[in-house]
Amino acid sequence: MTHTLLFSIAFILITVSAQTVSADTATGKQNLPTSTLMTTGGPFSFSDYRGKVILIDFWASWCAPCRESFPWMNLMHQRYLDRGLTIIAINLDSEAPEATAFLKRNRADFSVIYDNEGLSAETMNVEAMPTSFLIDRKGILRHTLTGFTTSKESKHEALIKQLLNETIR
Amino acid sequence: MHQKILQIMLIVSFISACSNVGVKPWEKNILARDDMQLIHAPLEAGLDDHIYFSKEASSGGRGFSGGGCGCN
Repeated sequence: MTHTLLFSIAFILITVSAQTVSADTATGKQNLPTSTLMTTGGPFSFSDYRGKVILIDFWASWCAPCRESFPWMNLMHQRYLDRGLTIIAINLDSEAPEATAFLKRNRADFSVIYDNEGLSAETMNVEAMPTSFLIDRKGILRHTLTGFTTSKESKHEALIKQLLNETIR
Repeated sequence: MHQKILQIMLIVSFISACSNVGVKPWEKNILARDDMQLIHAPLEAGLDDHIYFSKEASSGGRGFSGGGCGCN
């Protein structure tokens, strides 16, 4: 009897936990789900950027907050490139020409990778558009930034600065 | 007893029914289009609402257009 009861409770908990809740900014040390991210534009290896702080941003041309985030990412790129920040923007448009048209209107100083099939987003478990992942110098995933508004800029910049100030021992 | 537990399990498995609707966030390009919005001209919709409210004392109830007769 107690066994069946325990089993039922466990079953309920597992079922309920299957409903994921997305947070605004998730913080905590986490290993990356993979060392090499597969995209339709080719593999992206995190180890190539070991020792650098990586901001990996998932965007699409039809996503309005993504458009807002581009000037901010350009600014971050200008300000912190010398201090070791690398910004990689992964485009998830299913139609490549839409992405190129977007990039004509919105300048990107940082590197853009195309992933028309969203393989990388699947791997990184992207829950909203845009989502950015902040990875520290040791290659540990530290912050997940979900969504973008200009009001979040200073908060996100503070997180970047904090990671840049960390040194690898 | 076992049947009851089985019933409970069946009911509980429905809790997460709509938690995964299948469309991934990066696949929403068509849903994000302007003409796919419930209200794609907010100003016009607001004016319409005002007319309905003042002439017919009704408001709200948007979310569909036409009754299927093809006459609007």
